[in-house]
Amino acid sequence: MQKRRGSKILVFLLCLVPLLWLGWRAWNGRLTANPIEFITHYTGDWTLRLIVIGLCITPLRKILNQPDLIRYRRMIGLFAFFYGCLHFLTWIWLDKFFDPGEMWADIVKRRYITVGMAGFLMIIPLAITSTTGWIRRLGGKRWQLLHRLVYLTAVCGVVHYFWLVKSDIRQPLLYALLVAMLLGWRLRTWMRPAAKRPAPMRKTPAPPSPVYSQSGQLVEREPPAEA
Amino acid sequence: MLIKQADDLRYSDITPKSLYFNRRRFLAGVPAAFLGARELLSPSARARAGTTKLTAAKSPLSTTGEKITPEDDVTHYNNFYEFGTGKEQPADLAKNFKTSPWTVSVEGDVAKPRKYSLEDLMKVAPLEERVYRHRCVEAWSIVVPWIGYSLSALLKEAEPTAKAKFVAFESLYDPKQMLSPFQAGIPLPYVEGLRLDEAMHPLALLTFGMYGETLPPQDGAPVRMVLPWKYGFKSVKSIVKIRLVSGQPPCTWNEVGANEYGFYSNVNPNRDHPRWSQRKERRLGEFGKRDTLMFNGYPQVAGLYSGMDLLRYY
Ligand code: HEM
Repeated sequence: MQKRRGSKILVFLLCLVPLLWLGWRAWNGRLTANPIEFITHYTGDWTLRLIVIGLCITPLRKILNQPDLIRYRRMIGLFAFFYGCLHFLTWIWLDKFFDPGEMWADIVKRRYITVGMAGFLMIIPLAITSTTGWIRRLGGKRWQLLHRLVYLTAVCGVVHYFWLVKSDIRQPLLYALLVAMLLGWRLRTWMRPAAKRPAPMRKTPAPPSPVYSQSGQLVEREPPAEA
Repeated sequence: MLIKQADDLRYSDITPKSLYFNRRRFLAGVPAAFLGARELLSPSARARAGTTKLTAAKSPLSTTGEKITPEDDVTHYNNFYEFGTGKEQPADLAKNFKTSPWTVSVEGDVAKPRKYSLEDLMKVAPLEERVYRHRCVEAWSIVVPWIGYSLSALLKEAEPTAKAKFVAFESLYDPKQMLSPFQAGIPLPYVEGLRLDEAMHPLALLTFGMYGETLPPQDGAPVRMVLPWKYGFKSVKSIVKIRLVSGQPPCTWNEVGANEYGFYSNVNPNRDHPRWSQRKERRLGEFGKRDTLMFNGYPQVAGLYSGMDLLRYY
C-alpha cells in the first residue's frame, strides 16, 4: 500500500514539473522577449501533451498487461485540465484583458480559437465528474460514455494546433499521428467481435466479491477502466 | 549592478493614477510588476558575438518619440526560418553563419549590372542611423536604430531601364549552413519583391547594421532590407541578389498562403490576417497592447498607393 501511494505522489510531482519549470524560467527572465506568447504556447503544449498521455493509459494497460496504470489516469486528466485552464487564462487575461467583446469576436471569427474553445468546454464536465461520487451517481456506463468526450477534445486540440501554425506543421503533424494511433487502437478494439475481445481487465488481485452499497448499487473504487 | 534607475523598470508605463482608475491597465500591471521585479535580478544582456562597430550619422528620417527596444530582445526574438522556426532558435543556430566574403549581385533590367563585394556595397552612399518602428505580421513590434542608406541610391547607380517595374530580392540559401525547406516550412531560397516606386521610396533602407554595430547573423547579416511601413517579412534578410524585372516577382510568404500574405503587405489595422486581428500589437517589453497604425505610422508612403483599394491589394 505504501509503495502504491508513493507512485501516485511521484506521478503528481511529475505532472507539476512543467509548471515549476515555467516558474523557474519566469524568475530567471527566460520567457523570451515576448513572455505572453511564450506562456500561451507553453501551456497549450502541455495541455495537449497530457491529453495524449492520458489517452495512452488504456492501450498501455492492455499491451503491457499493467492494469494498475488506471490509477494514474484521473490525475493526468485533471492536470491536462489544469494546464488547459492556465492556457485559457493566459488568453483571457494577457491577450484579451478580460474584454468580453474582444473575446467573443475572436471565438466566432478565428476558427482556431473556435475549435480550441470547443475542446476546452468539453473537458470541463469531465473534470467535474471525475470524482468517485460522480461515477457512482452517473453509473459506470453513462460515465464512460460521457468521458469519451476526451477523444473529441484531443481532435479539437490537434486541429487547433494545425490551424494556428504559420507554416511549420511538423509539431501538429506529430500530435495528429499520435492521436490517430490512439483513437485507431480503440476503434480496432470495438470492431473486434465480442467473443474475441479480451476479457475486461481486473485490477490485480481481483476483489473476492463485488462491493455493493446499501441501495444495492455496485460501488466502484476506481473509474471504469474501459475507455 | 543590482540597483537600477526607476525608469529602467518602465514604471512610467503603468502610472499609478491609471492603475487605480483603469481596470485593464491594472490587470496588465500585475504581471508587468512581476517582470519588472525579476529584471532587477536577471543577468545583464547576453553578449553579442562577431559584430563590429559601425559609425553613422543620425538620419533626419528617424522616427522620434519612441523608446528603443532593448537590443537583447531584438537579437533573441527573430523570425528567420532558415535558422529555425522558434523565436530564439536563430540566435543560436546562426551563431557561426559565414558572412564574409559576401557578394550582392545587382542585375536584370538595369544599364549597369554589377556584383558588389560587401565592402563596395557599403560605400555606395553614406551610412545613416535611422530609428524605425518594425511591425511583424504576428502582431508584435519593436523600435530599432538601423544603419544603412536608402536603397534608391543603389538602384540609381544601377540605372534601371524602361522595362524595370519591380525589384526582386533573394536571400542566401546555403543548405550547409541552413535548415532544409521542410524544416523551415517554407520554400527556399527566400524571395521577396517590391514595386520599383516602393523600392525607390527614401524610407526603404538597405541595412548593414543596428545598435551601432554590424548586423548580427540572426537579424539578417550582412545586409538586409528594412521597410518600416510593411510587415516584417517583406524586409528580406541576408541578401545575395537584387534583380530588376518587368513583372511582379514571386514572394515566399505569398506563395505559402496568398490569402494571408499579400504582395504589398502594408501594415494595415483594417485588414485582419485571416487568423488574427491586426488592430493591435504588442511592443516587445510591454504588457498592454497598442493600436496598430496605418502604414505603421508612416503616412508619407500613402502616395504610393493612392487610388488603390488596400483591402483588395493587401
Ligand atoms: C483542449 C484545449 C486546448 C488545447 C489542447 C490547446 C493546445 C494548444 C497548442 C498545442 C498550442 C500551440 C503551442 C505551440 O505552438 O507551441 C496552442 C496555442 C494557442 N492556443 Fe490553445 N489549446 C486549447 C484551447 C485553447 C483555448 C480555449 C484558447 C482560447 C480561447 C486557446 C488559445 C490559444 C492561442 C491564442 C494560442 C497561440 C496562437 C498563436 O500564437 O498564434 N487555446 N494551444
